[in-house]
Amino acid sequence: MKKSLRLAIPLCMALSVLATTAIAAQAVPAQPQLAPAPPSMPMYRFENFTTANGLPNNHVFCVLVDGDRIWAGTEDGLALYENHTWKTYNTRDGLAHRAVLSLALDKRTGDVWAGTMAGLSRISGGRIDSFTQLNSGLSNDVVYGVSVEGENVWVATAAGACKLNLRTSQWALYNERNTPMNEIWVYGVSATPTKVYYAVWGSGVLEYDQKTGRWDKYDDPDGENEMVLFKDQGLIHEIVTSVSYVDNILWAATYFGDSRYDGRYWHNFLTKDSGLPSNFTNTLKGVDATHAWFGTDKGLAYYDGVNWAVYRPSLKDGKPEMTVRNAAGNITAIPVTTAPAHNYVLGIDFQGDDIWVATAKGLSHGIRQPRNSTK
Amino acid sequence: MSVALTSRHRTLQAGVITTLSLLVCALFSAALANKTVQADEQTSAAEATDYASPLEILFSPDGARLYVLCQGTSEIRVLNASTYAVIKNIKVGAVPRGFSLAPDGARLFVTNSWDDTLSVIDTSKLEVIATWPVAAEPSSVVEDPSQKQLFVANRISSDIAVLDAQTGVEQKRLLAGRGASYLALSPDGTKLYATHVYPNPSPHRTAPESEITVIDVARAVVLDRIPLHGIAGVFHIAFSADGRLGAVADYHPKNLVPLAHLEHGGAFEDTLTVFGADVGKPFEVPLDELERYASQPFDIAISPDKARLYVTSGGSEIVTVIDVAHMLQSIRQHPGGLVQDLSASANYVITRIPVGLNPRGLALSRNGRTLLVANRLDDTISAIDTNTNRLSSSIKLAGPARISALRHGEQTFYSARQSFQAQIACANCHIDSTFDGLTWDLEPDGFGRDIVDNKLLEGVKDTQPYKWTGTNPNIPTECGPRTEKYFWRSEQWSDLTLADLTVYVRSLDPRPNRWKLPGYDLTPAQEQGKAIFDRAVDKFGKPIPEYNRCSYCHSGPKGTNQKIFDVGTRKSTDNTGRFKSAPLTAIALTAPYLHDGSAQTMEEIWTVYNPEDKHGRTNDLTKDELNNLIEYLRTR
Repeated sequence: MKKSLRLAIPLCMALSVLATTAIAAQAVPAQPQLAPAPPSMPMYRFENFTTANGLPNNHVFCVLVDGDRIWAGTEDGLALYENHTWKTYNTRDGLAHRAVLSLALDKRTGDVWAGTMAGLSRISGGRIDSFTQLNSGLSNDVVYGVSVEGENVWVATAAGACKLNLRTSQWALYNERNTPMNEIWVYGVSATPTKVYYAVWGSGVLEYDQKTGRWDKYDDPDGENEMVLFKDQGLIHEIVTSVSYVDNILWAATYFGDSRYDGRYWHNFLTKDSGLPSNFTNTLKGVDATHAWFGTDKGLAYYDGVNWAVYRPSLKDGKPEMTVRNAAGNITAIPVTTAPAHNYVLGIDFQGDDIWVATAKGLSHGIRQPRNSTK
Repeated sequence: MSVALTSRHRTLQAGVITTLSLLVCALFSAALANKTVQADEQTSAAEATDYASPLEILFSPDGARLYVLCQGTSEIRVLNASTYAVIKNIKVGAVPRGFSLAPDGARLFVTNSWDDTLSVIDTSKLEVIATWPVAAEPSSVVEDPSQKQLFVANRISSDIAVLDAQTGVEQKRLLAGRGASYLALSPDGTKLYATHVYPNPSPHRTAPESEITVIDVARAVVLDRIPLHGIAGVFHIAFSADGRLGAVADYHPKNLVPLAHLEHGGAFEDTLTVFGADVGKPFEVPLDELERYASQPFDIAISPDKARLYVTSGGSEIVTVIDVAHMLQSIRQHPGGLVQDLSASANYVITRIPVGLNPRGLALSRNGRTLLVANRLDDTISAIDTNTNRLSSSIKLAGPARISALRHGEQTFYSARQSFQAQIACANCHIDSTFDGLTWDLEPDGFGRDIVDNKLLEGVKDTQPYKWTGTNPNIPTECGPRTEKYFWRSEQWSDLTLADLTVYVRSLDPRPNRWKLPGYDLTPAQEQGKAIFDRAVDKFGKPIPEYNRCSYCHSGPKGTNQKIFDVGTRKSTDNTGRFKSAPLTAIALTAPYLHDGSAQTMEEIWTVYNPEDKHGRTNDLTKDELNNLIEYLRTR
């Protein structure tokens, strides 16, 4: 990525988020004719949370499910939903910054890690300790992604990736000097016992093998060419925004389409030949090897390996909308009465069969409904 | 005190000094016991070389045996609880600090703080059946009621490790307070409570903050943290049998105001914090009374009927007996708090019972009639009749008959009797002979002037001059006139006492460094950090002046060339900007940093307080290079 582009990145990010309304208002591409027999896809009744019912801010960057507790990273604090009540942690409580960009749960200890605009915070039993680039080994204060695996906290920052070993308190920094990272603007991370993947803005996907300690890199075979010359032959684009590694499958989101990689073959997803509502994908989360959720600027999408479902306020009139696209590309509108709070989806997490969705204008709880429901 | 000290034990050559030492000890001891029982018949006093230093004590579940954790000899001594006859001495790891029985009493778990192991003793065979490696400086251990998990408090790593109770394999670690040290299960076994001896990090020159970490035993996760505002140094925890009353022993330092006097508890409040259903929100209860202080509260026992609460005070050499009903009444009558009130304790303190030197662990018999006290520094166990609140006997554990200069120095270090109104001792600020993690306003030169970070004593030998400004040429000056005049407001010490105290302070070797690899090899990051530490040329090829190299000022095995420098860290509140280059001994443990403790972490020394490269050439370093430098410093 060019220097000028790197300097423009924070501005671009802010603009992209602020431009939500404008994006949402864009014209909808012409839809193919509706098919009469849609495949059965999960249905939800969405309950939306905003400042009107307890959220500290409607701009929700991320969401994390911890059993019955829901953590929401907002532009004005970390909100915890527990026993039907919201509680907000902010800088006065020790949070590194009011804007919480990413969240991760240490499943062993119950500690929550929050990446913010000015450092990384650990919330443990109500106590918040914050790590910054000045008071710790953290590579940079803007923490876009965090993931906990075993005794390590893996962090994606605006100036490289890093790892905090909780046992030794040692920080390991990963950047252009010791990894095949061409750019150091790291946007997301997914850590598992075998592999750790970093989404790098402008530098593809970085892979760390936990066993060998070696790094590998996946790039767009088209390079920085905006055209897709080699579909399904590699990562769809270099500007990677989110990664999710589950069941040995890598799911990668970019602003120009998404990808799935099984270790041998790549598959790319574009709006023109899939049910993805937009190529501009902020986040994605794999359920397993074949199922995944996508958070785009034009709604929330679910892929079951064959079919797609999209959940959103209609791009035309803002009314709740659910559409299902089958393998043949036929799209069916499913009558629904609720939708996520906004089309600009920034975060996703699961609570059993339910889904929680962070959007640019509120947090949504998708409550799974029985089949044939029209809720 | 430790195995490491064994080789350092020495007796003074001069017979007259030895005689005086014995006299001092004898005077201390004479006040204690109605009768003295010799507990250890296996080892004659003439053969013993190490002081037992009993730290903790336990009754067996049937009340027939006593288990005594002897830190000085690194062993568990098993005594007959009726006759105090020795049944067996069981050798454990280095410098044991805590122990507890399994719920069924079949196993005794011992944490060995200097070799990072856990000894498992079969209580039927009275043998160590396993020694498990654990984390850094394990200080206490508790097994859960289901006997599936062991919880170990680790002082250096400031966490609670959860181990498989059958294999010792660590499953995870839970974040605790800084210097995690003491554990107690709630009577119903559902919750584990943990305390810590050093305060948690807090902004510079704000009141210290501590916590009681509450752990859900079944899930092994942190459930809550009970905040202890103004507290630095939290020790044992005890519960009433009904679980409605909990109590911790803690220090309440007054480090934000000039230490200009000791009147009216000018340096510390010695307190309990009580919590639980009987109390409502946690409440700090003073133990002190005007001219009768309870310096260094350590262990607590609550009688089975919840009528009495007992607290040891290591510095005051007493057990304080509290009427629980009156204490709760005082709490209800003073919802705004009592901690500054030196008259309050008269409402609930029944008596203060003099015991041995540096009383620490307590054990109450099941019927509540006998209270045993482990007196660490005179190798005795005091038995108290709780009906009369008087000593019924003093049990002498086997050990050297003669009090060495080193031992006398250690006794002096921990005893508050030398200070004005017997309020504080060296050990108040140097907890377990280390440090306290606080900054102090020591000199009477105005509010907020010349703030100083309290330093670690380990390895202090031969690093003169002392004080941050280097104005004290040697330890006798530092510990003598300075301490007498400014800290303790006491009469001048005798030459003998000062000499022995100096012997003790000089004997304090650094504890094992946990960041060093076996064989003292360096990791790649440490190696790279060492290269930065040693470098004479910066990254631009420009020579670094000798005075601005890490390796010049922090040279030698202790990391100091013992010279005075201005490294650009002077604050507007400092009378000088020239400070002695600080030793690097165990630097990883001793946050905060710089002379005034303004750097909360090692990183801040350079990222915040070295803008002009006067504290070493560092501003050419990348973040990962600075991280490597810190990784190397942690090995010092």
